[in-house]
Amino acid sequence: MSKMLHLINKSPFDRNALDSCLRLAQAGSSVLLIEDGVYAALSKTTSAEAVGKRMKDLKFYVLGPDVSARGLGDSPLIEGINVVDYGGFVDLVIEHDVAQSWL
Amino acid sequence: MEPWEEEESPEVVKRFMYVNRRAPYGTIYALECLEVVLIAAAFDQDVSVVFVDDGVYQLKKNQDTTAIGMKNFSKTYRALDDYDVEKIYVEKESLERRGLTADDLIIPVEVVAAANLREIMAQQDVVISS
Repeated sequence: MSKMLHLINKSPFDRNALDSCLRLAQAGSSVLLIEDGVYAALSKTTSAEAVGKRMKDLKFYVLGPDVSARGLGDSPLIEGINVVDYGGFVDLVIEHDVAQSWL
Repeated sequence: MEPWEEEESPEVVKRFMYVNRRAPYGTIYALECLEVVLIAAAFDQDVSVVFVDDGVYQLKKNQDTTAIGMKNFSKTYRALDDYDVEKIYVEKESLERRGLTADDLIIPVEVVAAANLREIMAQQDVVISS
């Protein structure tokens, strides 16, 4: 079984990409939130619960530069989400066999 | 009157509303709408700007785009006041869903509940949504 990296670049309030990903991602795979997908990493929103439910069996990452750009640098993130930079993004792609972009 | 002479038209002021529903940076909608508002403001019309859904994120404080190599246009919202665009509404429900309050926003706004925003929207002559 291939190890998959799921890429989410859409806001959870605007599109259902994250919902579909969370429904279909195999346990043990990783989810990286980028661009407008970073809003899904915030803890005080109505979308946070869905991510929280899969915190145990998926690994979550969020792209730091996209967080800062949107003024969320000081906003609390869901506990357990790892912040990565562009180098970390590359490492994640290398570490996984397949990268799936949920456009 | 000769055909090359323009007839002075009576001044008609229309109510224009610009509805922002998208987050900044992920798409070009937010920046484009801001530019349209600033241009339109030069025409002495009755302008109001509304932020609903992910549009409220356009006004989030502390945006720093250095690392993504894009222009941080959030400071430009402060220019709306200089252009006499003073009717700026943010939907209360959209803020709440995102765990935000008016204190998180870069400019002073009027936070209005959907029930009231509905009334304001219904009074417009032109509504442009992006």
